[in-house]
Amino acid sequence: MFSASDLKKGLKVQVDGEPWAITEFEFCKPGKGTSLYRCKLKNMITGSTIDRTYRPTDKLDKPDLEEKEMYYSYAEGDFYVFSDAETFEEMHVSAKMLGRDKYFLIENSQCKMLLFNGLPIEITLPTFIEKVITDTEPGARGDTATNVLKSAKIDNGYEIQVPLFINTGDLVKIDTRTGLYAERVSKA
Amino acid sequence: MQNASPKPDCVYQLEQIKARLLLRAGLISSIRQYFDAAGFAEVETPVMIKAPAPEEFIEAPQAGEMFLRASPELQMKLMLAAGFKKIYQIGACFREGEFGRKHRPEFTMLEWYDAGADYNDLLKFTAGMLRHLAVFTAGSSSVSYQGSVIDFSAEPEIITVKDAFLRFTGVTPEAAMEADRFDELMVTKIEPVLGRGRPTFLTDYPAARSALARLKASDHSVAERWELYLSGIEIANAYSELIDPAEQAARFEEAASARVRGGYRPYPPPAEFLQAINAGMPESSGCALGIDRLIMIFTDADDISQVKMSPV
Repeated sequence: MFSASDLKKGLKVQVDGEPWAITEFEFCKPGKGTSLYRCKLKNMITGSTIDRTYRPTDKLDKPDLEEKEMYYSYAEGDFYVFSDAETFEEMHVSAKMLGRDKYFLIENSQCKMLLFNGLPIEITLPTFIEKVITDTEPGARGDTATNVLKSAKIDNGYEIQVPLFINTGDLVKIDTRTGLYAERVSKA
Repeated sequence: MQNASPKPDCVYQLEQIKARLLLRAGLISSIRQYFDAAGFAEVETPVMIKAPAPEEFIEAPQAGEMFLRASPELQMKLMLAAGFKKIYQIGACFREGEFGRKHRPEFTMLEWYDAGADYNDLLKFTAGMLRHLAVFTAGSSSVSYQGSVIDFSAEPEIITVKDAFLRFTGVTPEAAMEADRFDELMVTKIEPVLGRGRPTFLTDYPAARSALARLKASDHSVAERWELYLSGIEIANAYSELIDPAEQAARFEEAASARVRGGYRPYPPPAEFLQAINAGMPESSGCALGIDRLIMIFTDADDISQVKMSPV
């Protein structure tokens, strides 16, 4: 349990059975009045936000959150299977929760999994992953400009904008936070 | 050359806020000049006191057998009882558990009393002083705070608590108190829109929120109390002082029992203050103004830590 006076930016609380992160916090006390704790809360599952004001006597539940190191193993239908590094326990994560990240899964790569009440709610992939370009139009010869981009595809069909000098077969680095091309690792 | 040892963080922080601290020194010097010129005497009352004023939501920290003052109010009023007419004080006050962008457990208060004046006189005096201080401290009567301008040369906005509730929340203050939402609506709906463009004085608080203010002669449902707001931030609180002994004793008792109900520690009764009010206290008005917040406004700082040295 948290008391209202424990609240601060970044703290995670449970409201109406769901986990929320405090993204903005302000201590208020109107003249001669009671202390009030104004919070902006972000739902850790849906991403929706709400404003809540708490009083000194209010109590908030602590969400059952756990962060685990997991390794991505394999895909199974619409699910992606991750395994616990120590217990080898497997966890199925839906394509919907992974969103764009499903294109950036590399077998045996180490990921951070956030669990709420024992179920995964968020996966954080390694910041950079490497993928081979499987399809792109050749760039104009000698064109090494980096500010002009063209479309390219990686093995699973994800489309990415790359500089003109990138060719099919090149190994590139992708930033999983933005889904954007970062740099070329090696030439085909 | 020998490498000097690294400076502690607090020294770096002080270097960063040095310009603001120098403006703060200028502000305090201008305040003194203003009060001195207006015929006030600067006084010092004890910081360690025996009996804080019983107020439901204000916690004076315990200091041994005594308390650190949450405000110099009772002590300054005892000076009025002794015949002082116009007095002011600048000094540290302490409120346990108050910490935020606009709050620190230790803060600097300017407090003054004017025997014979009422809260309207004090309002005019305060507006005039702010105009003067803005020019002398911030360099202009127009001050930009966090992207919005406050024009201190403009006539201040004066709005009653009742009108503010009706206009910004759609309910009366009485209905808000009935629903136990007075403070919440004040903080979320009213305070943020006050003091925009020009200073706002929020006046005539419901009698139940009168603290140590006298009730208005023409309307006993409200007290002669105002709060000054600049850019959504509460800067000062003032009232025509309550000098009716029976009424004062009753309000203290009410606040003391509210503290017990709320689970706050009881304070020793302010016996000497009550005795002084029984013996007769002159009509007066008083105001308490947060110096740290005023300098935040004048230097466009969004947190007290930018205008005040942090505890080390």
